[in-house]
Amino acid sequence: MAAVGVATGGGNWFSALALGVTLLKCLLIPTYHSTDFEVHRNWLAITHSLPISQWYYEATSEWTLDYPPFFAWFEYALSHVAKYFDQEMLNVRNLNYSSSRTLLFQRFSVIFTDTLFVYAVHECCKCIDGKKAGKELTEKPKFILSVLLLWNFGLLIVDHIHFQYNGFLSGLMLLSIARLFQKRHMEGAFLFAVLLHFKHIYLYVAPAYGVYLLRSYCFTANKPDGSIRWNSFSFLRLISLGLIVFLVSALSLGPFLALNQLPQVFSRLFPFKRGLCHAYWAPNFWALYSALDKMLSIIGLELKLLDPSKIPKASMTSGLVQQFQHTVLPSVTPLATLICTLIAILPSIFCLWFKPQGPRGFLRCLILCALSSFMFGWHVHEKAILLAVLPMSLLSVGKAGDASMFLILTTTGHYSLFPLLFTAPELPIKILLMLLFTIYSISSLKTLFRKEKPLFNWMETFYLLGLGPLEVFCEFVFPFTSWKLKYPFIPLLLTSVYCAVGITYAWFKLYVSVLTDPPVGKTKKQ
Amino acid sequence: MEKCYLMTAVVLLGLTVRWTVSLNSYSGAGKPPMFGDYEAQRHWQEITINLPIKQWYFNGSDNNLQYWGLDYPPLTAYHSLLCAYVAKFINPDWIALHTSRGYESQAHKLFMRATVLIADLLIYIPAVVLYCCCLKEISTKKKIANALCILLYPGLILIDYGHFQNIYNSVSLGFALWGVLGVSYDWDLLGSLAFCLAINYKQMELYHSLPFFCFLLGKCFKKGLKGKGFVLLIKLACTVVASFILCWLPFFTEREQTLQVLRRLFPVDRGLFEDKVANIWCTFSVFLKIRDILPHHIQIMISFCFTFLSLLPACVKLTLHPTPKGFKFTLVSCALSFFLFSFQVHEKSILLVSLPVCLVLREVPFMSTWFLLVSTFSMLPLLLKDELLMPSVVTVMAFFIACATSFSIFEKTSEEELQLKSFSISVRKYFPCFTFLPRIIQHLFLISVITMVLLTLMTVTLDPPQKLPDLFSVLVCFVSCLNFLFFLVYFNIIIMWDSKNGRNQKKVN
Repeated sequence: MAAVGVATGGGNWFSALALGVTLLKCLLIPTYHSTDFEVHRNWLAITHSLPISQWYYEATSEWTLDYPPFFAWFEYALSHVAKYFDQEMLNVRNLNYSSSRTLLFQRFSVIFTDTLFVYAVHECCKCIDGKKAGKELTEKPKFILSVLLLWNFGLLIVDHIHFQYNGFLSGLMLLSIARLFQKRHMEGAFLFAVLLHFKHIYLYVAPAYGVYLLRSYCFTANKPDGSIRWNSFSFLRLISLGLIVFLVSALSLGPFLALNQLPQVFSRLFPFKRGLCHAYWAPNFWALYSALDKMLSIIGLELKLLDPSKIPKASMTSGLVQQFQHTVLPSVTPLATLICTLIAILPSIFCLWFKPQGPRGFLRCLILCALSSFMFGWHVHEKAILLAVLPMSLLSVGKAGDASMFLILTTTGHYSLFPLLFTAPELPIKILLMLLFTIYSISSLKTLFRKEKPLFNWMETFYLLGLGPLEVFCEFVFPFTSWKLKYPFIPLLLTSVYCAVGITYAWFKLYVSVLTDPPVGKTKKQ
Repeated sequence: MEKCYLMTAVVLLGLTVRWTVSLNSYSGAGKPPMFGDYEAQRHWQEITINLPIKQWYFNGSDNNLQYWGLDYPPLTAYHSLLCAYVAKFINPDWIALHTSRGYESQAHKLFMRATVLIADLLIYIPAVVLYCCCLKEISTKKKIANALCILLYPGLILIDYGHFQNIYNSVSLGFALWGVLGVSYDWDLLGSLAFCLAINYKQMELYHSLPFFCFLLGKCFKKGLKGKGFVLLIKLACTVVASFILCWLPFFTEREQTLQVLRRLFPVDRGLFEDKVANIWCTFSVFLKIRDILPHHIQIMISFCFTFLSLLPACVKLTLHPTPKGFKFTLVSCALSFFLFSFQVHEKSILLVSLPVCLVLREVPFMSTWFLLVSTFSMLPLLLKDELLMPSVVTVMAFFIACATSFSIFEKTSEEELQLKSFSISVRKYFPCFTFLPRIIQHLFLISVITMVLLTLMTVTLDPPQKLPDLFSVLVCFVSCLNFLFFLVYFNIIIMWDSKNGRNQKKVN
């Protein structure tokens, strides 16, 4: 009888968590939504009312279709439901159209497609074995992990307030990671290939997938010391992997190849004409770089070392997505960022090849790829941090070291999303949800690892606590000061620089831990 | 206290839900000339800050009592005054005399919603958290689950944050809860002080006053009326009188002032009931128009007699056996009697019953959850009028899931869990085959839930026939009223058969 109770209780909590967060998402329907709402409405209209040949040429709205074909097909499928809600939203010329039915449909489409995310989290919880601590439900790694993923603050505000479809895409990624953990490599590869054709930002983590599948799937055995055994290479596996990727790509890009439109599609997908930083600087290396440049130019002006007339006028924080010249430091070109990103990714890839540590090692490499490209990429959005935060949650319940890095990364990364929501009614929501998630994640992981050394040293604690005063200054003090008109960009600048420090720190620490970790063979001997 | 963080998370979740609900529409939004309860609250701020205290309750050239005149006790007025000072600091237009009538803007809505949240955060939520932490004989996890369920109770959230009642329920209910806490843990003076504040904030709190009175009187009797009990009685009386005098001080200067306030508080010249209420009189008048047939004073007499009779047994029982548990159940049954039988009841007064039911969630999880669902359902017509369908459905589902997961209510339907053991035993003395009660209750629950869901669906999707425009709202009242009657009987049974149960437990111990 007790066993039955435990079994039903074991299944119940997951559905309760998932349903609970779904209901919360429903409550968020009337909140503010950004221009991305119009972007997706426009894409619904384009895919619904135009032939395929025009999808990537249509330019009535400034929000042209710039996601890969599968996403376009996804919008096409949605549009056939949308027509039962409101036919008007499917008209390409109906720019900025918004009715209550459109709102309901779009919001519900996000909530509904999140089912895939919930399923993926369920699968992940099955295959991740975290540290075994207490007997109580709330102290089980699986419970903590599902809360961390399902109730993720970033996803909630980016998808359900700001409006995007990250939940379902992240679901695909988590599902493919879970499949790799479950040794179902082909499925994992297939899912990832599909994901790539939904949103090409996942190209950043493709090296991790490629190398891992090649090293740990195509080579069927290792030498006893963990190094590669060349004669164990399986051509069959390589060919089947290649076939899967090829078929998926053919399905996605084939029609456009047939229409001879591939160059046009690619020019839409990779718009290098945009600036180095997004309107609001993502908290990465370039934010620090630009802040340093700004500081140097101010110092230079004060000391009369620079000629004011030679300084370019375009301010980086003026809010427009545009090219920008640095004043003192050399300006950064797309090629330079590409090289920086590659250099940053390489060590982790080498590590994955020479010190294979099974799926866990792959997961670390994937996170490092995501983080490195976030750090050095061209025109990075602050939302891209979710690409690293979500997989990192899987690691966090395993080891105390990972947990502390996860907490620093998540807290600063989430805080850096705050400027996305700048309207007054959403202010309490973002603060409350952020507090909810942060307090829960920190305390639950502390409880999980209470027998080990404390998760944070004094410096990290001080840094994280500093986010509180920063928020108070940016949102409650600054608007009432006289600087508001003269330097309106100060809160954004402070936020992104402060967060950039934390994210760089977490990235660096994660890298050190990956590079210095002993390979599997040695740990087994110990 | 290492589970402290979970309690914090629960409170934060409760606050988030409250704020998200508050983004929706409020009563009377954009509906001149009278607007709604939201405008009433704003109007009171306008009156209290611009007029001298002597004119607050009087009709005058600056204070038209027909337009949302102040009809709540002094503490409400003081609270409005406090809010008005803040409003004046932010934007004086919001409370300018005469010109601000029907003022509506996004910023003002934000301000009004924030006042509710702050009042809630200061008074109601701490009381709930403290109440759950003080519960005995259960694990920390259960305490937190209990707090989650109470904080997620949809009725209160929807009325305070969605509909925006012209009186902050969270304040009056919060004070009452502080009172319950104080009295249950032998801080009698503080408890009665808190309860006096509750009454002085909202006169409807009188629904709860009899159990308080009986419980405290019972305590005095227990200590012996000739010794300690008498001292306690005197102390209590002094506290009550002192706190009342303090609240009413500005109105005691003239006799006419006090009388006018009282007249405003108890408008006996209004009808037996207003709008559609899920009480006996409204339901009964579907068949027989009592309001038109009987003269006014007879209506008052009848409602008084019925109320008195229905709450008499529970109160007598409480006076004779004052236990904290009995006190909570008596609070439920008394408030329910008042709601069902008394004069001039509003549909929102069901919240006064819901609060004590929330407190017995742990003792009778199945029945309490059921009651709380019905209570929210009974306000459906009101919520629909305010376009709050979506948040209502969502919060009700969230509440139901929270209760079902944290108490596993469906496994708790045995006689023991329903607290009907001693009742069934005594009935079985006469009818030995009386063993089907739990099953009947389960079936009733199913029927009731299905009816509620169907009625909600019908109300939302179908247009009522032209001859009977109020068909659905009357049906909602009728169904809720039947449910409430059943609950009245149930709770009275629990109260009356409680002591035997207690004695049995003592024997077992």
